[in-house]
Amino acid sequence: MAWHGFNFIPADTKYSFLPYRKLFFLFSAALILASVGIFLVKGLNFGIDFKGGILIEIRTAGEKADIASMRSKFKNSDLGEVALQEFGRPTDVLIRVQRQDGGEKAQQAAVAKVKEILGDKVSYRRTESVGPKVSQELFWDGVYAVLAAIFAILLYIWFRFEWQFGLGAIVALSHDVLSTIGLFALLQLEFNLSTVAAVLTIAGYSINDTVVVFDRVRENLRKYKKLPLDELFNNSINETLSRTVMTSVTTLLALLALYILGGEIIKDFSLAMIWGVIIGTYSSICLAVPLLLYLSIDRGSSVGDSKEGVAEQAP
Amino acid sequence: MIYFARWKVILVFVVCFFGVAFTAPNFLSEKDAGALPSWLPKQQVVLGLDLQGGSHLLAEVGVSEIIKVRLESLRDSIRPALRKEGIRKYRGLGVRGNSVTVRVTDPKKEEIALRAIRQIGEQLIAGGANVVDGGEPLFEVEKNDQGLIVLSVTDRAIKDWSIKAVEQTIEVVRLRVDETGVREPTIQRQGLDRILIQLPGIKDPERIKRIIGKVAKMTFHFADPRVSPEEAMQGRVPPGSTLIPDAEEKDAAGNPRMYLLRKKVMVSGENLVDSQPSFDQRTNEPVVTFRFDAVGGRKFGVATSKNVGRIFAIKLDGKVISAPVIQEPILGGSGQISGSFTVEGAQDLALLLRAGALPASLTYLEERTVGPGLGADSIAAGKIACIIGLILVVMFMATAYGLFGLFANVALLFNIILIFGGLSFLQATLTLPGIAGIVLTIGMAVDANVLVFERIREEVRVGRTPISAIEAGYARAITTIIDANLTTLIAALLLYQFGSGPIRGFAVTLSIGIVTSMFTAIMVTRLLIVIWLRRKQPDVLPV
Repeated sequence: MAWHGFNFIPADTKYSFLPYRKLFFLFSAALILASVGIFLVKGLNFGIDFKGGILIEIRTAGEKADIASMRSKFKNSDLGEVALQEFGRPTDVLIRVQRQDGGEKAQQAAVAKVKEILGDKVSYRRTESVGPKVSQELFWDGVYAVLAAIFAILLYIWFRFEWQFGLGAIVALSHDVLSTIGLFALLQLEFNLSTVAAVLTIAGYSINDTVVVFDRVRENLRKYKKLPLDELFNNSINETLSRTVMTSVTTLLALLALYILGGEIIKDFSLAMIWGVIIGTYSSICLAVPLLLYLSIDRGSSVGDSKEGVAEQAP
Repeated sequence: MIYFARWKVILVFVVCFFGVAFTAPNFLSEKDAGALPSWLPKQQVVLGLDLQGGSHLLAEVGVSEIIKVRLESLRDSIRPALRKEGIRKYRGLGVRGNSVTVRVTDPKKEEIALRAIRQIGEQLIAGGANVVDGGEPLFEVEKNDQGLIVLSVTDRAIKDWSIKAVEQTIEVVRLRVDETGVREPTIQRQGLDRILIQLPGIKDPERIKRIIGKVAKMTFHFADPRVSPEEAMQGRVPPGSTLIPDAEEKDAAGNPRMYLLRKKVMVSGENLVDSQPSFDQRTNEPVVTFRFDAVGGRKFGVATSKNVGRIFAIKLDGKVISAPVIQEPILGGSGQISGSFTVEGAQDLALLLRAGALPASLTYLEERTVGPGLGADSIAAGKIACIIGLILVVMFMATAYGLFGLFANVALLFNIILIFGGLSFLQATLTLPGIAGIVLTIGMAVDANVLVFERIREEVRVGRTPISAIEAGYARAITTIIDANLTTLIAALLLYQFGSGPIRGFAVTLSIGIVTSMFTAIMVTRLLIVIWLRRKQPDVLPV
């Protein structure tokens, strides 16, 4: 008859998560501390969106771009710091020029100068120049966007769940966002507008994942009044584990396709998202739910009065 | 039998039909889509500049210059007005901040002076303003504690001046861009003193930037023969004259050649009606020809008739581009400028003179230009990533949920169609991050179905019949689906609010994707399952 599915995650798993919570907490605390530490020591590699400056991508004729000779040409210019790197393929070079002193006009003059140095033998695939005014604005817009998103999500969670859940979700969310920033600081990946988009999407995904597990926890709290909390939480995680893994896998499959095939420009964005999905899945299971254990959940106030172990009647 | 309301069936069909109808034109060439009958949708997805190639320029209009010029012209009109009223004794006439001040020495004349200055305000500030009456006044005239008469221009008037300057700039920029032949440019005001210029598919961004950004204020001046430029440079500049550098010529030390010109304008570029690039008939060098309007032609004719043999200079943005000797009276109202032009230089100057001068300087704050090659590469890479991502997810879903996985995959396909239909219908811009948003949606869209299917599996396990398991599965998963999707939607909407350019494209596709995925995962999959249930009446569910 019909084509049956294959259970990648077997039904009725009984993995123990809660007993290892201290280990998870320790790991997450270390991850956050490391992220903050690396961020403070190394800082973020801000792209021109936030720092200002010039970014030019060129394609040279022939087999391979002669980066060394280009570099020496820039050495004698008074453009300040100029960084050249191969980009995607051997003929393509990405040139970054620091923000010029002397405001917006100097910036524009520098663009013309870079093009003069490179000549018209190369083809210009991309030219981006952001002056000090706009980069400041973009930076603050990015900060506001992240703060506003976290606040709005907080508001929604507060509206939909009891405060204990809200707090758990926000801890998990902050954990995911901070560790993503830590990853960018560690690998010195370029932090630009796309990264802010990635961070916001990670925030959305992290909450999404947490909410699904929390929904189950809440349902079970109503169903099983006497079951010890740690066991109840562990069951809730196991019951939603299949969904959590399935969705993470499909999202990761799509993101892997994007990372490998989507082109150089969105590589860092895809990498951030891949990290976010993995860490978001981990944090909902191993951080958000175990945290609830310490937040004195009020079991008496839940609606319904069903006996222990008896499932609610479906409508 | 499982219940699925008739209106829901109709809704699913109608939405999917429109999704397909609005997506379809994207598979045609632009020309074929345009040729579709008018009752069919023919809009295609608008590609962002990062995909189709082009320049995005954000520029700031030098509004403060305009304000300065206008305050100075107020100051200069107070002088004759006071003289007309017989007031000759006054001190300290000048511009301070946003006001013009003057001290009338004779206290008896103060009232007359106040009235005269108020009249100037009426003429020069209120007269030209395009604001409706009522609200804050545009200017105030009063005598302050120190006995100064102050004509202060209010913020409302300053704003009015700024808006006008920006509007005028946009007009001139549009004329210039149109002259360069760029197709479908977007030029709009952003904030109080900025303009956003989007130029799809341009080949030489540096040249267009130069053309747009040049003020191109042209004036004709007589050279001052009383003193040689060299003497003037020693510090002996006669009153009414000023030293102006040459645009090109430099001496051995690398300093530009200087001219001593009368400040008085002989004729101004505002009087030009046409200008064309051409070639000099004798030397065959590129030149720019121009023609004055009646007023300009008369002025030029009179000035040249009286001054044969003298040198005059054509000044463009504070530099001399040509300084010929008047050989004979130029009476026809037209002439030519022969500087040391390249062909392109002559073309550009003619274009600038035709389009007119900018009211103030224009400074680029941000530029993002993508060449057509990179844009096409990005589209190709995005397409491949989309297709491979889709294949991977579809295979995985089919393996994990069997027949139901196939239903979810059909819903996923409709989801993608609805996203493109939505983009075409809303004429939202698809950018590279937007493509990333679509790929991400492909991965996340199946989540709603995963939630439902997992729930159905659980219900089957506790011993429900297929129909009741499906009913319960949907009923219980729905709140979770809404909760989970709303949080992502919140993030996407805020991203749209705060994001700019390409990032907005990501927020757009993500938001559309979330909404359509909820619809397809809940409605389309469910309809397919109901149809299947009715036909097969199965005893066991294949999930």
